Amino acid sequence: MTEEIKKIQVIIDDKEIDVPEGVTVLQACEIAEQEIPVFCYHSKLSIAGNCRMCLVQVEGKRNPIASCAMQASHGMKISTKSEMVTKARKGNLEFLLINHPLDCPVCDQGGECDLQDITMAYGPSSSRFKDNKRAVKNKNFGPLIKTEMTRCIHCTRCVRFATEVAGAEEVGAFGRGEDMEISSYLEQAVTSELSGNMIDLCPVGALTSKPYAFKARSWELTPTNSIDVMDAVGSNIRVDSKNNEVMRILPIANEAVNEEWLSDKARFSYDGLMTQRLDRPYIRQDGKLKAVEWHEAFIFAAKEIKKHNADEIAALSGDLADVESQFCLKELMDKIGSLHRDCRQDGAFLPMDERCDYLFNTTIESIEQADHCLIVGSNVRLEAPIINARIRKSTLHHGLKVAYVGPSADLTYKTESLGDKLSILNKILSGSHAYAKTLKEAKNPMIIIGQGALASPDGEGIYKTCRAIADKYGFVHDDWNGFNILHTAAGRVGGLDIGFTPGEKGKDTRKILQAAERNEIKVVYLLGADEIDEDALKNTFVIYQGSHGDKAAHIANVIFPAAAYTEKEALYVNTEGRIQQTRRAVFPPGEAKEDWKIIRALSEILHKKLPYDTRKDILSKLAKTYPAYKDFSRIEKGQWHEIKAIEVRRGMMTLPINNYYQTNPVARASVTMAKCTVGKKDSKSWEKD
Amino acid sequence: MIEEQELKKVDVKDKFRRIWAWVKPYLLLDLLTGLSVTLRYFFKPKVTLNYPFEKNPISPRFRGEHALRKYDNGEERCIACKLCEAVCPAQAITIESEPRDDGSRRATKYDIDMFKCIYCGLCEEACPVDAIVEGPNYEYAKETRQEFMYDKQKLLDNGDAWEPALVERLKQEAPYR
Repeated sequence: MTEEIKKIQVIIDDKEIDVPEGVTVLQACEIAEQEIPVFCYHSKLSIAGNCRMCLVQVEGKRNPIASCAMQASHGMKISTKSEMVTKARKGNLEFLLINHPLDCPVCDQGGECDLQDITMAYGPSSSRFKDNKRAVKNKNFGPLIKTEMTRCIHCTRCVRFATEVAGAEEVGAFGRGEDMEISSYLEQAVTSELSGNMIDLCPVGALTSKPYAFKARSWELTPTNSIDVMDAVGSNIRVDSKNNEVMRILPIANEAVNEEWLSDKARFSYDGLMTQRLDRPYIRQDGKLKAVEWHEAFIFAAKEIKKHNADEIAALSGDLADVESQFCLKELMDKIGSLHRDCRQDGAFLPMDERCDYLFNTTIESIEQADHCLIVGSNVRLEAPIINARIRKSTLHHGLKVAYVGPSADLTYKTESLGDKLSILNKILSGSHAYAKTLKEAKNPMIIIGQGALASPDGEGIYKTCRAIADKYGFVHDDWNGFNILHTAAGRVGGLDIGFTPGEKGKDTRKILQAAERNEIKVVYLLGADEIDEDALKNTFVIYQGSHGDKAAHIANVIFPAAAYTEKEALYVNTEGRIQQTRRAVFPPGEAKEDWKIIRALSEILHKKLPYDTRKDILSKLAKTYPAYKDFSRIEKGQWHEIKAIEVRRGMMTLPINNYYQTNPVARASVTMAKCTVGKKDSKSWEKD
Repeated sequence: MIEEQELKKVDVKDKFRRIWAWVKPYLLLDLLTGLSVTLRYFFKPKVTLNYPFEKNPISPRFRGEHALRKYDNGEERCIACKLCEAVCPAQAITIESEPRDDGSRRATKYDIDMFKCIYCGLCEEACPVDAIVEGPNYEYAKETRQEFMYDKQKLLDNGDAWEPALVERLKQEAPYR
């Protein structure tokens, strides 16, 4: 893997420096820590070389050269500060500013604009241009991206992003020279799940965020580094807040997880944090919810819990539940004596003897080293857009070949479809399928199993057959582990880690709901669990703890208002098993409290006090109990072991996500996400916006 | 010998001073000096103003009460760019913005805490559209504290009331900006 990289010597500003062979002049200058202004160049996109901002002087060349598009060669003498370069930059900026409007005061990019910064640093102080400026009609990019195309400087970063990374060829450039315009094809809204990244990429204010339009200035915002919980990728985010309100969410670069990208749901669902919030405790009396004080709600819940046998009490945790709260609830249930609990709302089959049984073992970063990938029943594009982008990158640049089993889905890259019935897995295992031959030859094969497949009636068969395929075709060898479970819920891996699953003879989600319908289970504690069949809990006493007045809150008998992910410090484990921490950007609304504190307070009223007074206590207990929580910087996977295969009998399954934009309570409360949902069906409806 | 003579001289001087100090008050010299000043000013032209009825001329650069200006067609100038808010050293300005129905950027809130304001004039210097200005008005004493928390409406009303004076002021200053 570690090939010897040849080094060449270049001279940058009279300083000799060794750089790897094959880098561009621009990259060489970056290694030499010489700043070069750029607009069109981006390290994650292909090279366009059309902004001409990165001009440098190379000895022996008559003209300045575009450093982003020129490969460095041995002995090259590069000058980044010569008179020629300064003059070229100045002239170039004057040309760019000929048609760029000077409307910085009304532009949302103002304050964080590349063109502004670079003009201040390298540009002329005034323009000599006296004629009329060019004006361009604004385009319809859908409900997320606001366009102001007069500001466009034609760097084509957005076009390259859409075609290369997002794989949605929806944006392009029309016309030539001064008449060039960037537009979505046929004036359709951009539908890609990664479209928000175009806003970040745009070096000027041509593409800006529509929900954030004119809301705040970059210098007024307080950034807080945190973790996204909209899917199980655990993208690193920066939550920008102002006046105790989240104003926007941006990605933080993390090569191991999300590179520099962020999915639209993670980026734009923040307005859901302000609406439909539960801001005080409620109890249901005479069929109506009544706002009460905390202690009243606790006593009301505690009375009901004490009334029933431990066997009649169950707990379910939702997709957004953090590790601490699930751990506390598990401890509380243990103390009460109840074994009925589950963190898998969809009832997916996931064994948890070792951590590698339910993790995305390959890790997101190492997808780039795989050569064959078999996706089983997962629309990765909707379940984890960031991972899908990584697979797409791998297919484009590293020769990854993807095969797909399951209901048809457009993954944006070329896939070999093996059929929509999962019973094909049996044939692959026995070797009678043609694809088995391909797998035999593969060096670093990987398999991705979606939650839809595991939650189907024959989830166990599918899981175990895949395990057997992995063992048979060498998916696990040396330091390579190609067996991957793709989770969709941010809270699930954490729940599985700490064992928020049925105890011995305990009931899982499906059985809990069935038992509740039969009135065998009398009290259900829902820790943010909204993705369940609420009708089954009609005659049950429901304690709902969560941030939003969503589906489950409507049937709840007691509601404990909790903090959302931007309002608390909490651990979330992503699908790879990477443990990451959210940070508090704003305070929870009204009376809402952090989840673990609510459970801790309830435990005291039940006379089953949990021995944790601070979050630190919980963390140290976690570190003591679970080896994976000792060191967050490395992923503990456990020992790979063999599991006996069971044949897949019923291969039917449905994909878990129909509507990408509304998969959890926060996203469902978001107006922006609702607009996207409508926009998907009818992109023309956004023209009025 | 010389030292003795010197000492004698000092002695004489001291004696003379003591006598003068004793005589001086009886001559009413201090009083007469004071009265002479009064007499001198009595014949000089008067400089005090009968304030509410008479006023000093002020410089066109005078920085008085704030106002938000409008364009001739009645459209408010402020575009909520928040540069004044950013530059204000006393952090007296608070602005909130939103897209208006026609999609243009407008302030939904433009508040100045007149107690915090130090009348430095940086806000009007930062303003790209000459919207916020400090006018020539310095007579805005109020009875309650709340009245000094200026909101957008109050500032726009100020602008309407003082527009001719503000235009004149800007015109006079234009060559130096």
